[in-house]
Amino acid sequence: MRAPLSWLKEFVEIPASITADQISDGLIRVGFEVEDIIYQGADLTGPLKFARVISIEELTEHKKPIRYVGLDCGEKETRYVICGATNFAVGDLIVAALPGAVLPGNFAISARETYGKTSNGMICSARELGISDEHAGIMVIAETDAKIGADAIEGLQINDVIFDVAVNPDRGYALSIRGIAREVAGSLGSQFKDPVDPLRNLEFKQTGVGVTAKIADRSTASVFYLRTLSNFDPVATTPLWMRRRIEKMGMRSISLVVDVTNYVMLELGQPLHAFDKSKLKGGLTIKRAGTVQPFTTLDGQIRQLDPDDLMVCDDEQPLALAGTMGGASSEITESTTDIALEAVRFDPTCIAKNSRRHKLSSEASRRLERSVDPSLAQFASARFVQLLTENSSAQHVATAIDGEPIYSPVVTIDPNYVSKILGFDIPAAQIAQILRLIGCDVDEKTWAIDPPSWRSDLLTAADFTEEVARMIGYDKIPSVLPPRPKHASLTPTQKRRRAVATMLASRGLAEVQTFPFTNQETIDAMGFVGDRACTYTIANPMSEEFPLMRVHLVPGLIEVAQRNISRGAKDFAIFEMGSIFRSSQKLIRAISPDISSRPSQEIMEEIFASVPPQAYHVAGLLVGKIENENWQGKARSYTWQDAIEYAQDILKLCNLEWSIKRSDFAPWHPGRCAELIVDGKAVARAGELHPRIVAKYGLPERSVAFAVGLSTLPDSALVRPTRVGTMPAALQDVALIVDATTSASDVESALREGAGELLESVTLFDRYDKVGDGKISLAFTLVFRAPDRTLTGEEVSAMREAATEVAAKKCGAVVRTA
Amino acid sequence: MRQEEVTQWVKDAQLAFSAAPDLDSLKVARLAHSGDKAPISLASRTLGSLSPEEKASFGKIIGDAKAAIALALAQATSDLEAQRDKKVLLEEVVDITLPVNRGHRGGLHPISIIRNEVSDFFIEQGYSVEEGPELESGWLNFDALNIPADHPARTMQDTFFIEPVESGMVLRTHTSPVQIRSMLTQEPPIYVICPGRTFRADELDATHSPVFHQVEGLVIDKGITMAHLKGTLDNFARHMFGPDVTTRLRPSFFPFTEPSAEVDIFFNNRWIEWGGCGMVNPKVLATCGIDTDVYSGFAFGMGLERTLMVRHGITDMHDIVEGDLRFTRQFGVGL
Repeated sequence: MRAPLSWLKEFVEIPASITADQISDGLIRVGFEVEDIIYQGADLTGPLKFARVISIEELTEHKKPIRYVGLDCGEKETRYVICGATNFAVGDLIVAALPGAVLPGNFAISARETYGKTSNGMICSARELGISDEHAGIMVIAETDAKIGADAIEGLQINDVIFDVAVNPDRGYALSIRGIAREVAGSLGSQFKDPVDPLRNLEFKQTGVGVTAKIADRSTASVFYLRTLSNFDPVATTPLWMRRRIEKMGMRSISLVVDVTNYVMLELGQPLHAFDKSKLKGGLTIKRAGTVQPFTTLDGQIRQLDPDDLMVCDDEQPLALAGTMGGASSEITESTTDIALEAVRFDPTCIAKNSRRHKLSSEASRRLERSVDPSLAQFASARFVQLLTENSSAQHVATAIDGEPIYSPVVTIDPNYVSKILGFDIPAAQIAQILRLIGCDVDEKTWAIDPPSWRSDLLTAADFTEEVARMIGYDKIPSVLPPRPKHASLTPTQKRRRAVATMLASRGLAEVQTFPFTNQETIDAMGFVGDRACTYTIANPMSEEFPLMRVHLVPGLIEVAQRNISRGAKDFAIFEMGSIFRSSQKLIRAISPDISSRPSQEIMEEIFASVPPQAYHVAGLLVGKIENENWQGKARSYTWQDAIEYAQDILKLCNLEWSIKRSDFAPWHPGRCAELIVDGKAVARAGELHPRIVAKYGLPERSVAFAVGLSTLPDSALVRPTRVGTMPAALQDVALIVDATTSASDVESALREGAGELLESVTLFDRYDKVGDGKISLAFTLVFRAPDRTLTGEEVSAMREAATEVAAKKCGAVVRTA
Repeated sequence: MRQEEVTQWVKDAQLAFSAAPDLDSLKVARLAHSGDKAPISLASRTLGSLSPEEKASFGKIIGDAKAAIALALAQATSDLEAQRDKKVLLEEVVDITLPVNRGHRGGLHPISIIRNEVSDFFIEQGYSVEEGPELESGWLNFDALNIPADHPARTMQDTFFIEPVESGMVLRTHTSPVQIRSMLTQEPPIYVICPGRTFRADELDATHSPVFHQVEGLVIDKGITMAHLKGTLDNFARHMFGPDVTTRLRPSFFPFTEPSAEVDIFFNNRWIEWGGCGMVNPKVLATCGIDTDVYSGFAFGMGLERTLMVRHGITDMHDIVEGDLRFTRQFGVGL
């Protein structure tokens, strides 16, 4: 919302000593963020004069039309200038910049030779003067608005300070000069002159039959004023002062009738709509569209109405999308002479829905959906009649009214609540004084407070507390630490996540965070199927490229890897931790209990249960060499073993026991993927990525990855350590011949099972695959130790043999002899 | 055998040891002057044949002499060894400035680092760290926070909706639903912070990202005031931005707090908007079944990306979201 200082000064007494920065600071203090202060005219110096065009010589020998124009600038002699615009005629009043003037953009005007003539100045467009975006031609000024030779900087009121103020959604009243002026007055402690006061007793004579007004359903609008005017002469133009104010607000001057509706809206905050009365069939009614039908709005767009759309209709058809945008059929045109002016206090929700359904946010809807002062339907429409009749031949015919304004209720508060919430003592008398300053009626005996008509947001003690706080100043609130609980810590889950991240980071993996979005093509390319391919769809994604929620972390890691590779990286390791969103659970219809009190436990549980579980994973992608190659030598590439090791290290860090088996699982290589199983549940996969994926995404060959479902891991059990044995250990090596398809982990388990309780550890120290005959040799070191004695050779041999026997039975292992 | 003779042997030995130019020569000298065939050793062996009187007097002379010779030998050995070490180890010198870091440099994402930092700060103050789902019920994300369906406040936050839209499921637009969950499932006093990932349909540019992170704080206790909010924010700001930072509260609007404020910090000589805060709206407390006659509370929320960018002078959001290792690795693990 813009607010020119010159306009504010009409309603607030601002001492000349107050600077724009002080006004801005004041607004910020009371809760209005000043996003910009525009010093209009600061980069413009005269002489700038109003002048009359007295001759035009068309210079035709050039590629574009060029005029050599004689001007009466109120000087003794005619001044001649060259001009490229053609939207003016002899006799028009224009604005001329004379030599010595400097226009915005440091554009200095001087007498100069051009097109074979001497140009002694320049005829200006509004844009060249920096006062509007209008650049269709030079500014032509109405005869009544200027005197020849007069200073145009003054006449156009160019020098001004314009505040651009951000207005929060609870303060609809401040989308007006009236509202901003009230806040400026409050923050500076200055007197406020309400522009509505002179309108309160304004009455207009009824001189004929006007258009009737009706609200079909009072829940959609409380009060409807419809003013009929006639005898308007369409040649009437907008007075310069009004046009300039509208331009300073960032809008365009269109025609007198439209300009007056906009001017009143900007001044008071009540949107108005003017209809061409000659195009109406019967009276006007505010009602729902009722059926789906096409409707053409003022912007020329044909929109399909929703049956619930709130419309202003005549006896035959909808004429306007209520409070949002007028229709083309009843638009004010250059031939309009009779006018029906609508001012309605619409229900904010109805307008919000109109605006939302048609994705149409207008100056009117922005104000109405934030709630407009209900008394303004009367006063703003009166202000329209006043301004239009003063500035044209229009006459008031009749005023029709339906409904009546409904005001916010009287609220009773406990003044102690204010101090209790703000944390310092504020005397009751001061509270009363502040609430009166913002427009409330306060009964200090009962503390019944009647909020002003424009403050529909003041409903509870908390609302009044904020008003008191902001008028006193938030800077007056002391700074104190609250009482604190004795103890808190991270939960075991949070500690585990942190430890995993820190471990991976300290082992050379860099953490990345990707957007959790994906698409069907990626899901298919990864080879995900079944439950692992099902996910939730975003109804309004940022881009149609990524409309789905991710089902796995690896695709995001691949994307980051590609980006790094494209920027020159070759060998690196990255990881990500985060949620994935497989749609294991069908979404049910929203449960939306009333919020006035706590919903029942049953409803609460239903709401919690309606939110699908979102698994938390960690995944890593390792590409290229395991180390940087340098003077120390070459490095090997990452292999499937490295990926499995990281996955296992995460389980080790969590102090969990696992078993391992080969798994054919996307997006991994079907022969080179390990599945880690904890408590019978597969919790992690690791290995080489599928070669097809590696090729598709241009990753280095044999890139590897791991993924661990952190949220599926059980809690770590309390550690109950065994006593550390101090007796000597006995080492036994065994070499076993098994089928090449036999997994080492099965052989190891069998050895463990057979070796008995005194086995301390098993280590595979050699794997030899050149045995032939589809066989391999696996060599293990078994370490035995007894807690209480040195083991004898016989004992150790017996245990070794027991171990190999089980391996023979379970895995077909044959002990290899030298 | 005379005293003079023995003294001469000692002198000879001392002279020979100190004259040895290296350890090999010293070995020869050692054999000559204290080996089995050295005069002192031979003399020592004759002691047994002497009378007890003689044995006592000569025994002491010879013992003293042997000790003196041993001392001289140890001294010479130590000197020569030091000499040798100095020479030999100098020959083994290497260029220890050669690059030795072959391993890849890892690191945490800076957002993780700052999230941990904020969490640790508040844990020390007795707050717990609460988390919640990113795909969230619209009732918890909006309604329960006093953001009604057609209120303009709902359109302030460009929401990602999940199909079917009748499910009301959204990608949470703030971490505030975690506050609601905390209030619905815990009894006051409640001291929690909720860091987490949030979503708004903003185009990615230098200062915005559709996926970003917030940290929110919530305190519900007896007698909690806006002064406590201010104290907490002052403390938090000093922790994040240094002891010289000052804060400013500006009146603002959030449906879930009343009074509401924006919190600005004065950092690097300018005011910067840091986050939003306020006293928890009694309507929200009522929705969560908290007795507003007994309890009051405050809440605040900041963007972690924004905090990171302001504090570290990061000028483009792309660096934070793209995952370029050259950016991330600069942060280490934040210790």
